[in-house]
Amino acid sequence: MSDSASTADLLAIADRIVAQARPGEQIEAYVGRGVETDIRVYEGEVEHFVSAQSEGIGIRVIRDGRTGTSYAGTLDPTAIAEVLAEARDNVQFGTPDEWAGLAEPDGVDVVPQELWNEALAAFPTDRKIELAKELERLTLSADGRVRVDDSNYSDGSSESAFATTTGIRRAGRENGCYVSVSTLADDGDETQTGFGFSVGRSPDVFDLPKAAREAADRATRLLGATKPQSRRLTVVLDPYVTAMFLGVISSTLNGEAVAKGRSLFRDRLGEQVADPRITLVDDPTNPLAYTATDLDGEGLAARRNVLIEDGVLRQFVHNSYSARRLGTVSTGNAVRGGFSSAPGVGCLALQLRPGSRDQAALVADVDDGVLVQSVQGLHSGVNPVSGDFSVGASGLLISNGQVGAPVREFTIASTLQRMLLDIVEVGADIDWLPMRASGMSLVIRDITLSGA
Amino acid sequence: METTGADLGRSVSAVIEQDVLERVLGAAVRTGAEFAEVYAEDKRTTSAGLDDGKVEQVSSGRDRGAGIRVVKGETTGFAYTADLSEAGLRAAAEAAAAAASRGDGQTRTIALSRSAERVVSPVEVFPDEVRKADKVAVLTRLDDAARSAGAAIVQVSAGYADSRKRVLVANTDGVFVTDQQVRTLVRVTAVADGDAGMQTGAQSAGHTMGFELIDQIDLEGLARDAARIALTKLHARPAPSGAMPVVIKQGSGGVLFHEACGHGLEADLVAKGGSVYRGKKGELVASPLVTLVDDGTMAGEWGAIGFDDEGHPSQYNVLIQDGVLTDYMWDFLRARKEGRAQSGNGRRQSYQHLPMVRMTNTYVLNGTSEPDDIVRDTEHGVYVAKLGGGSVNTASGDFVFGMTEAYLIENGQITEPLREGNLIGNGPQVLRDIDLLGNDFAMGNPGTCGKDGQGVPVGDGQPTLRVKSMTIGGTAA
Repeated sequence: MSDSASTADLLAIADRIVAQARPGEQIEAYVGRGVETDIRVYEGEVEHFVSAQSEGIGIRVIRDGRTGTSYAGTLDPTAIAEVLAEARDNVQFGTPDEWAGLAEPDGVDVVPQELWNEALAAFPTDRKIELAKELERLTLSADGRVRVDDSNYSDGSSESAFATTTGIRRAGRENGCYVSVSTLADDGDETQTGFGFSVGRSPDVFDLPKAAREAADRATRLLGATKPQSRRLTVVLDPYVTAMFLGVISSTLNGEAVAKGRSLFRDRLGEQVADPRITLVDDPTNPLAYTATDLDGEGLAARRNVLIEDGVLRQFVHNSYSARRLGTVSTGNAVRGGFSSAPGVGCLALQLRPGSRDQAALVADVDDGVLVQSVQGLHSGVNPVSGDFSVGASGLLISNGQVGAPVREFTIASTLQRMLLDIVEVGADIDWLPMRASGMSLVIRDITLSGA
Repeated sequence: METTGADLGRSVSAVIEQDVLERVLGAAVRTGAEFAEVYAEDKRTTSAGLDDGKVEQVSSGRDRGAGIRVVKGETTGFAYTADLSEAGLRAAAEAAAAAASRGDGQTRTIALSRSAERVVSPVEVFPDEVRKADKVAVLTRLDDAARSAGAAIVQVSAGYADSRKRVLVANTDGVFVTDQQVRTLVRVTAVADGDAGMQTGAQSAGHTMGFELIDQIDLEGLARDAARIALTKLHARPAPSGAMPVVIKQGSGGVLFHEACGHGLEADLVAKGGSVYRGKKGELVASPLVTLVDDGTMAGEWGAIGFDDEGHPSQYNVLIQDGVLTDYMWDFLRARKEGRAQSGNGRRQSYQHLPMVRMTNTYVLNGTSEPDDIVRDTEHGVYVAKLGGGSVNTASGDFVFGMTEAYLIENGQITEPLREGNLIGNGPQVLRDIDLLGNDFAMGNPGTCGKDGQGVPVGDGQPTLRVKSMTIGGTAA
């Protein structure tokens, strides 16, 4: 975020709130405003066009170790006064916590990021509609068996300002856009689904043909898929699936979970927790990462952190609270979902150190395995506290180094602890996906497949 | 401060006068649109969280605004605003109208006819009448009860949340309704630590009612149950891998029907061919034992509503009768297109979202088997006592759901606890494979159903039942 004229009024609101702090009181004010456009096309016509503006403020008050918060989805002055009064009122019900407190400026320099694109801000509405229509046309022409469920263009811009009584004061804006398409493919009674997307700070970087091709491929590649026999085998995860897997791993490296005894790696710093080929970093300063950012949710500089190095657990990620509790310093990993929520802890832009070979080479080394192209039920079948891992999956069988028939309606299972140690190889095919982790192919052995 | 059900929706309708609504709707259809709608909402929430023995924070929230929808031909324009003044609403109406249309049309005069209020879930104690200290005290009770369940309980988190949402819907068909939705929820998660690592257990209770919920449920029992699940799993063995019979305990498996067929019966998915149940009306799609209902009128349940978010009264809708598909669920747009009646299933997350077809409380009616007999008749299989979430691909019917408390069934007896994992199945197949249905119907835990990025509160329920074969996604042979 960079200070700019467009956010001056928001920063003024944040400053005014913070200036009202009473002796012994810490106050944090987060003020935001956003505009979004969401266009859905179906059969060449606009199905819906959403044009929206939103704004709001969230206030956190800490006094004598007790925390109270409040928010409102408006910047109406009366409502703002009410939010501050409510947050103060809520303070009395918290339990005193010696570690409670706002972040303090830590002197770490901000790595500037290009988060605002003027071309997108000026992009005309007709062109947005045309992009969604174009994506639908391209997808339909990619494969005769494919139908399009919906084709979408979305963009959003947000401005925010943030101030604290501890002397942190930031304001900035960012924007971004994406196109996406959902597909269906039929073969007799059978229907399968797919999706494709392209994201960017500006529509200039969209790759519509690639999005269309992927959406068509995803829907058609599972037609005729069967349920595989249950057995133990090696899996090759597609980059998209690896990114989702890293998202699960990240919750075990969360400093708050560690502080509260809820991480399975809580006592493992300095120990070998993964195969030596694994180096995992969280690096939001890498501008290639979709979630690259300059600041964390408490206004501290976002920074590069090495979490696992050559298989050895090096550090957890922290916000100021979890860091204080564990006698360390914030790693710049406070995350917040907007003005309505208080900051938690999370990884911002995870990345595995890439290997040297592409997916085809990885597959060629597998005798009996499955190339997992999608997973289902990560929220229901994975427990980051116990480490139990079981997800629904679909993909292609691998036999003697060759990709073969499509398979679906099976699960793959292991534990997170074992999977990290059972990683055989990391691919070179890094993909900067619109998630908090980038993807690349990953080979993991000794996975239980449950099917027929 | 409003204190009784007689004030339904007052705060929103007091801000937006009827004549303002009529003028705004008139402006919205001035460019020739056939239909326009104002959905306004005023929502106040309180939430409190306890973790690691401390009440971490109490938070209050306020969301207020209006979404304006304009339909012309096949196109829907939508805009929303937090500004409920006539000028703010007009600006949103014009934005929505411009989005739906670029032509010119005639001026239309709109006359609203206000419907009587409809109290499906009476509220005894409104959340704004309860002291925050009393709400916070709920957390301490949950924490104490869970921790006293055993020395191996090493961590507890608990949450309390209430919301009071007042809604106003008015449209160019003359519909004008107000509704009020008060919901209260408690949840608790316990972590147990043992030689083989940590395990978790979670429980929750949520109803469309006020603070009287706390007196109507066994709060300490809920917390002890969460702790019991975590403690039990300390000795759990890996879940089996492969296909076998699965018995699902009463009130714990409604999510199976929500995922296995509920979503596939939503008319918007059906219309675009994204459902395995397309064109199956009148056909046998499930075991003849199964009668499936979606019921927005079920008083007090998590998905209960007076009116849906398009101003249509909630209904009791039979979806599957004795295994035969009788109807889909409908919202305004899909019903209009098919020239039929809505079913009270047009719902949205908030004024910032377009409505679409959503479930309310979805449940399977009782069968005739004794639940004990269902287990006794099962030679070898898995007994699922508690399910986590699930998800479905409505086009293929493939779905998964997580088992958070499960046991082996050996020789007709429930034996050892199992570690967590997903179950996987295909909706149409599983519905046909239900071969025993109990007589012990119960509703399950409150749920949030996600569709197209929007979450809405839903309920589910079912009696104990058996599916003759499902795939258990464990690691044991």
